[in-house]
Amino acid sequence: MTLTHLQRLEAESIHIMREVVAECERPVMLYSIGKDSSTMLHIARKAFYPSPIPFPLLHIDSTWEFREMYELREKVARHYGVDIIVHLNPEAVAQGINPFDHGSQIHTDLWRTQGLKQALDSHGFDAAFGGGRRDEEKSRAKERIFSFRTAQHRWDPKNQRPELWSLYNARKHRGESIRAFPISNWTELDVWQYIMLEQIPIVPLYLARPRPVVERDGTLIMVDDQRMRLQPGEVPLMRHIRFRTLGCYPLSGAVESQADTLPKVIQEMLLARTSERQGRLIDHDQAASMEKKKQEGYF
Amino acid sequence: MAHVSDLIAVDIEQYLHQHQHKSLLRFITCGSVDDGKSTLIGRLLYDSKMLFEDQLAAVEADSKKWGTQGGELDFALLVDGLSAEREQGITIDVAYRYFSTDRRKFIVADTPGHEQYTRNMITGASTADVAVILIDARKGVLTQTRRHSYLVNLIGIRKLVLAINKMDLMDYSEKVYRRIVDDYLDFARHIGITDVTPIPLSALKGDNMLAHSERTPWYHGPTLMAYLETVSVDAAHRPDGPLRLPVQWVNRPNLDFRGFAGTIAAGTVRVGDAIRALPSGRQSRVTRVVTADGDLAQAVAGQAVTLTLADEIDVSRGDVIAAAEAPPEVADQFECTIVWMADEPLLPGRQYLLKIGARTVVATVTEPKYKVNVNTMEHLAAKQLALNEIGVCNLALDRALPFEPYKASRELGGFILIDRMSNATVGAGMLHFALRRAHNIHPQALDVDKPARARMKGQRPGVLWFTGLSGAGKSTIANLVEKKLHALGHHTYLLDGDNVRHGLNKDLGFTEPDRVENIRRVAEVAKLMVDAGLIVLTSFISPFAAERALARSLLAPGEFVEIHVDTPLEVVEQRDAKGLYRKARRGELKNFTGIDSPYEPPAQPELRVDTLHMSPEQAADAVVERVRALGLIG
Repeated sequence: MTLTHLQRLEAESIHIMREVVAECERPVMLYSIGKDSSTMLHIARKAFYPSPIPFPLLHIDSTWEFREMYELREKVARHYGVDIIVHLNPEAVAQGINPFDHGSQIHTDLWRTQGLKQALDSHGFDAAFGGGRRDEEKSRAKERIFSFRTAQHRWDPKNQRPELWSLYNARKHRGESIRAFPISNWTELDVWQYIMLEQIPIVPLYLARPRPVVERDGTLIMVDDQRMRLQPGEVPLMRHIRFRTLGCYPLSGAVESQADTLPKVIQEMLLARTSERQGRLIDHDQAASMEKKKQEGYF
Repeated sequence: MAHVSDLIAVDIEQYLHQHQHKSLLRFITCGSVDDGKSTLIGRLLYDSKMLFEDQLAAVEADSKKWGTQGGELDFALLVDGLSAEREQGITIDVAYRYFSTDRRKFIVADTPGHEQYTRNMITGASTADVAVILIDARKGVLTQTRRHSYLVNLIGIRKLVLAINKMDLMDYSEKVYRRIVDDYLDFARHIGITDVTPIPLSALKGDNMLAHSERTPWYHGPTLMAYLETVSVDAAHRPDGPLRLPVQWVNRPNLDFRGFAGTIAAGTVRVGDAIRALPSGRQSRVTRVVTADGDLAQAVAGQAVTLTLADEIDVSRGDVIAAAEAPPEVADQFECTIVWMADEPLLPGRQYLLKIGARTVVATVTEPKYKVNVNTMEHLAAKQLALNEIGVCNLALDRALPFEPYKASRELGGFILIDRMSNATVGAGMLHFALRRAHNIHPQALDVDKPARARMKGQRPGVLWFTGLSGAGKSTIANLVEKKLHALGHHTYLLDGDNVRHGLNKDLGFTEPDRVENIRRVAEVAKLMVDAGLIVLTSFISPFAAERALARSLLAPGEFVEIHVDTPLEVVEQRDAKGLYRKARRGELKNFTGIDSPYEPPAQPELRVDTLHMSPEQAADAVVERVRALGLIG
């Protein structure tokens, strides 16, 4: 019996999660409510069954997620019987940081990057699972599965440990932490196929529906609630759209699509001509921007 | 090709159904940038339609800025990652790439071909089923070709593709191809490589990548893609061997369930199978193979499962559950090959952590029997292993563990070494076989023991370990302390450079490995003296934290008192009573601590003596007081 590629990927992810739980004191799973997080969470249940998932989830909330994301978050907590810690950066709350007044860079840095550091520090987590995949972006291709961060959460690309076989060295000094990426070796296609096969609950925004949008600089932005600031002359129009990646709704670009089922989404993806991260506005801020964000501590 | 399959557009459900049954192949590409390695990978990604328009646009822009193809599309830029490397034009790490076809998903480990990066190649190769060795047709078999082949063979890859690239620059000459193949096979046979598939290629032009090239009508073997899609991957996963399951985690949700979770390394497990847990050797039967998708009747190598057993036997993380009738050996001393991966050399005698399967133990390595020149395969004498060196050594562990020779099992025979201070992964190794002598030394139980000898002297034995820079005042203070203890009626002995360096250790110099050995011997002698009931004072620079930790580990808790005689370098250098610092600064003394050799101050000594604010007499009093507080003397 030869295992299929999805069976082998799932087994590898389970192996990684069990290593982290066996070797670290206080692990946590970063949960962004996206499809990669959903996949990772589903695998976590399998890794520790029949025990409940032995760590909490952590959602670094920006207050600007799509409404349907908040709905799924509540549903998932019940479905998997897992604790979800929601962290809001108090500084960002106090200053009312938003993408309209402060721009995507400051918005993302304060809510996500600083928020993540605060949450990890205040709970004393020494390991955090992330849903990053090596196929997402060039600088991720060299990311280790166990990635070490200094006590200041910095990533030093020159000083990462070699990873041989399936042996992961999880030893660290007090204050240092590990980011573990159990689905490193999955591609976008693998994730979609797995979600379909395993019937994993996902945010409906990944499927095409008529939704109100405005077009800005060639990007379709959904008007998800009253806070969306319209520019003079802008009128939201109902268009058949879906999202390839999710984040803060004013910073997430939609694509026009008729794909209202998972197979059709996969079909569109396979026939598509643009890659996944293009819908994420934060990546376009500056050259090699992901790499820079990672060194600063962004996941 | 995968994503151009007409099925996608016509019948996506059918397509997805087919794609659920793909297998997975991991391979590594070896060669330098000059051989066209990045181009070859870029071409595989491009041809399997794994590139999207925005990625292509980025590469087109990059090609104009950094490209080496005169503004033409430079596939190599697709696979280079971090910005600093991109500017240097070299890849300096392992990068993983993904593509898939109708038959398979592929994971490619892309590693650099430069000599100093043996460590990266070994890392990338450790998970690969197949290696693609690139050769530039203009250059033929080079030193680096031999090196790469040796390394992939060492790490246990049995299937090699000899990709003879840039055939376009040699007019697709069959003669050139044959000569390179013959050269290579001669060498391959010599080092024991048997399964080689040579393919003439042009990665740049696409010849024999996906389709047979019209320009090589004389070649009848598979194209590169055809080979990668059909080569068997099962051998690496050994579904047929006896069961081996390293236990990663004990699953205990409540008192009624106790499961052992792990990934099956080899064999098949069925409900009812007799098993043996190692190293304890206790036997039981499998009662359930538990997964979240329901219990299984059986599971095979590669699956991550949870087993429950019929009996309440003691099994914990790091143990191996094995077929009862064919268990692996258990041993604590081995011969092994080590690949060193750290800037600091491997020091024989120093303790490292060794991780194998899910088990971590303490290991010491002997002086290498030899190291291997990876360019010529020659065996050379060696005292230590430096970065990227490979050597054969003996290994002694602090406890026995179940293992298999690496040749039979990557999972039960491959290990990493971890530095105890920095926690870095400093080496990788492969077990060959167990050394029998471990079984033949049985500790002789003695009737007169340490407590008996100590009682006769009326004291608690222990070691006062003075450490600090040369000239810090260690010996002065230790002498005063010994006088005071003697006056109090204690039996003492002072070990220092004068009475050790001229006798026991006169064969040792001042290189790093010799310093490690010097302190190791001092620690062992101190241990014997403690066993004899003495209070031992040692006065050595002992610059490395690892050796002081070793000395501490040899003794019982409470017996080791580390005293840091803390005098700043500026001060000892200014005093320079013996003129040694001046000599060292002039380069006349090599490996002088504080000048060109490091001193690692103790993080948590039992006592720190600040000589700037204390006279030697006061310092000695402080030591005696501390020793009393610790209960060593009355």
